[in-house]
Amino acid sequence: MVSQILFIAITLAAIALFSYNVKKVIRNIRFGRAVDRSDQPQKRLMTMLKVAFGQTKMFFRPIPAFLHLIVYAGFVIINLEVLEIMIDGIFGTHRVFGGLGIFYDVLIGSFEFLALGVWLACAIFLIRRNIIKLKRFSGVEMKSWPRSDANYILISEILLMTAFLFLNAADSKLQAMGASHYIIAGAFPVSQFLHNLLPNTEAGLIVIERTCWWFHIVGIFAFLNYLPYSKHFHIIFAFPNTYFSNLEPKGEFTNMQSVTNEVKAMLDPSFTPPEAAPGRFGAKDVNDLTWVNLMNAYTCTECGRCTSVCPANITGKLLSPRKIMMDTRDRMEEVGRSLDKGGKGLDDGKSLIDDYISREEIWACTSCNACTQACPINIDPLAIITDLRRYAVMEESQSPASINAMLGNIENNGAPWKYSPADRFNWAKED
Amino acid sequence: MSAQLNFEVPTMAEMIAKGEEPEILFWVGCAGSYDERAQKTTRDICKILHHVGLKYAVLGTEESCTGDPAKRAGNEFLFQMQAMTNIEVLNGYNIKKIVTGCPHCFNTIKNEYPGLGGNYDVIHHTQLIQQLIDEGKLKAEGGESFKGKKITYHDPCYLGRGNDVYEAPRKALEALDAQLVEMKRCKTNGLCCGAGGAQMFKEPEKGNKDINIERIEEALETQPQVIAASCPFCMTMLSDGVKMKDQDQNVKVLDIAEITARANGL
Repeated sequence: MVSQILFIAITLAAIALFSYNVKKVIRNIRFGRAVDRSDQPQKRLMTMLKVAFGQTKMFFRPIPAFLHLIVYAGFVIINLEVLEIMIDGIFGTHRVFGGLGIFYDVLIGSFEFLALGVWLACAIFLIRRNIIKLKRFSGVEMKSWPRSDANYILISEILLMTAFLFLNAADSKLQAMGASHYIIAGAFPVSQFLHNLLPNTEAGLIVIERTCWWFHIVGIFAFLNYLPYSKHFHIIFAFPNTYFSNLEPKGEFTNMQSVTNEVKAMLDPSFTPPEAAPGRFGAKDVNDLTWVNLMNAYTCTECGRCTSVCPANITGKLLSPRKIMMDTRDRMEEVGRSLDKGGKGLDDGKSLIDDYISREEIWACTSCNACTQACPINIDPLAIITDLRRYAVMEESQSPASINAMLGNIENNGAPWKYSPADRFNWAKED
Repeated sequence: MSAQLNFEVPTMAEMIAKGEEPEILFWVGCAGSYDERAQKTTRDICKILHHVGLKYAVLGTEESCTGDPAKRAGNEFLFQMQAMTNIEVLNGYNIKKIVTGCPHCFNTIKNEYPGLGGNYDVIHHTQLIQQLIDEGKLKAEGGESFKGKKITYHDPCYLGRGNDVYEAPRKALEALDAQLVEMKRCKTNGLCCGAGGAQMFKEPEKGNKDINIERIEEALETQPQVIAASCPFCMTMLSDGVKMKDQDQNVKVLDIAEITARANGL
């Protein structure tokens, strides 16, 4: 009875804490400007099913895609096991679905294989990061927390899977001993090999079984509450992020409506703009970006596929699309924390541009869309870069001198080079 | 200067004066108009249009920059000023169909002009060439033979990833019976030439090397006789790269339109 109450209390606390943190994340995402992504619901749903659920974009790199798929399948399917754990925890039952017979055996048996798969995949991931040191996982932005974050996640998953297998091993041994409460249920194709590592006394086995059970479920709750602080948030955000992703051709940049109104008024004095929309041209800080840009930042897994294909980054320039996303999230979190403490929030004298993202980074972008193509969950770093450039150019008139000259040429001659418009058709003339 | 045209290029103004309408407007673009190297491609596109007897026209001096570099650089005002002025000209002539000689113009007119009142059926010149080949109006014969030659094609970002046009330029090359070799990074995984996003008009940021050098090294790995381009910006970057690597005697950088015109003896 005590353990049931304890279990219910921990569950409620875990859910409450998670909701509290998610609310903060949603509050932070709402710093962003409105953008309508409610069109084409069918196409959006298909995109989500294909890209997030089906992980189609992962397969441009088959080996990590395969390993990731195992971890993902493990995560999704083993969570079915959590349902049983929840019921057992609340009602004090044991293997409540055990009565399903052969079906239950198949289920538990396949969970064991998956658990082993996840264990191995995570071990390989750890080796790739820390021993082989894949280039993709390094970079100026991959210091301290982002680096440890990945390792913490992988180690936690290995611990959780270890607990799951030892839990089953102890359970099946207890079942074989005919211990009361431990009903005969389940198949244990993997964990049976752990029997020799376990004690032979009923009391000892029960201690191990209970410890692993509690470790496993409390671990899952802890993991859940770790998510809002971690890049691992993608396991939740990948779904809305792909649903609300940009469906327009990648080459298309949005036309700014506020500018359209002003330009129309300039070209036609009789045109009166609908209403003077206050606000900034482009983005100086996170509140000038759209909520989709900000959700992108929370979704980023820091896998670095964007940066590894970025032509600027490949050739040693400062720009890293991954850093753009991480900076955006860091700035949002900073503003959020300040607000939580009753601080100045956005008015702290800092901004996304300059304090987080330098001019050199944004001007190095060739807008080639390699980053957006490479992202397995449709994150768009280019949209943020473009909005920062818009701010630099339209609000501050701060662009590189040669860009200024180019803009001047277009304005005066209708071409980015300094040629006379009268000469535009000379290519067709005999000389 | 390469061969001049032995026919007049019709302008919209002339056509309208004669009470005629072209089937398609050829949008030349700034590079195609002013850049000497790109002018050759422009003339070759005209030769192809003239050869197949397609009724076309250009805007001539009435054309102006689409605004693409201004938009990518972040100057939305200038972009929209250019766009609206161009749209006024295009709509004034009741233009329905446009072929462009540049992926940047193609992308801008196709995707960004509709939001500002300019709705046209826009194709890139490689798509037109593919259509003409498919319709049997254009054959790779009567000119220079590319049979068996090793050609590698560089995907321009704004044609490929930007708008999913990957097959048309390749089909145009396949018609030559040449040996098409792909670079390690091609199609959706293609590498930028380094000139997009207004980079064409500024010095690159500090780094280990220039992007076009990285790209040309990759292109040269395929040991091509021809590097095929379909964008005037890529043309500049790739040609510069080939020169920097002292390979300009062995490797030619040619636009798909130039290759097609040569293969047809135009």
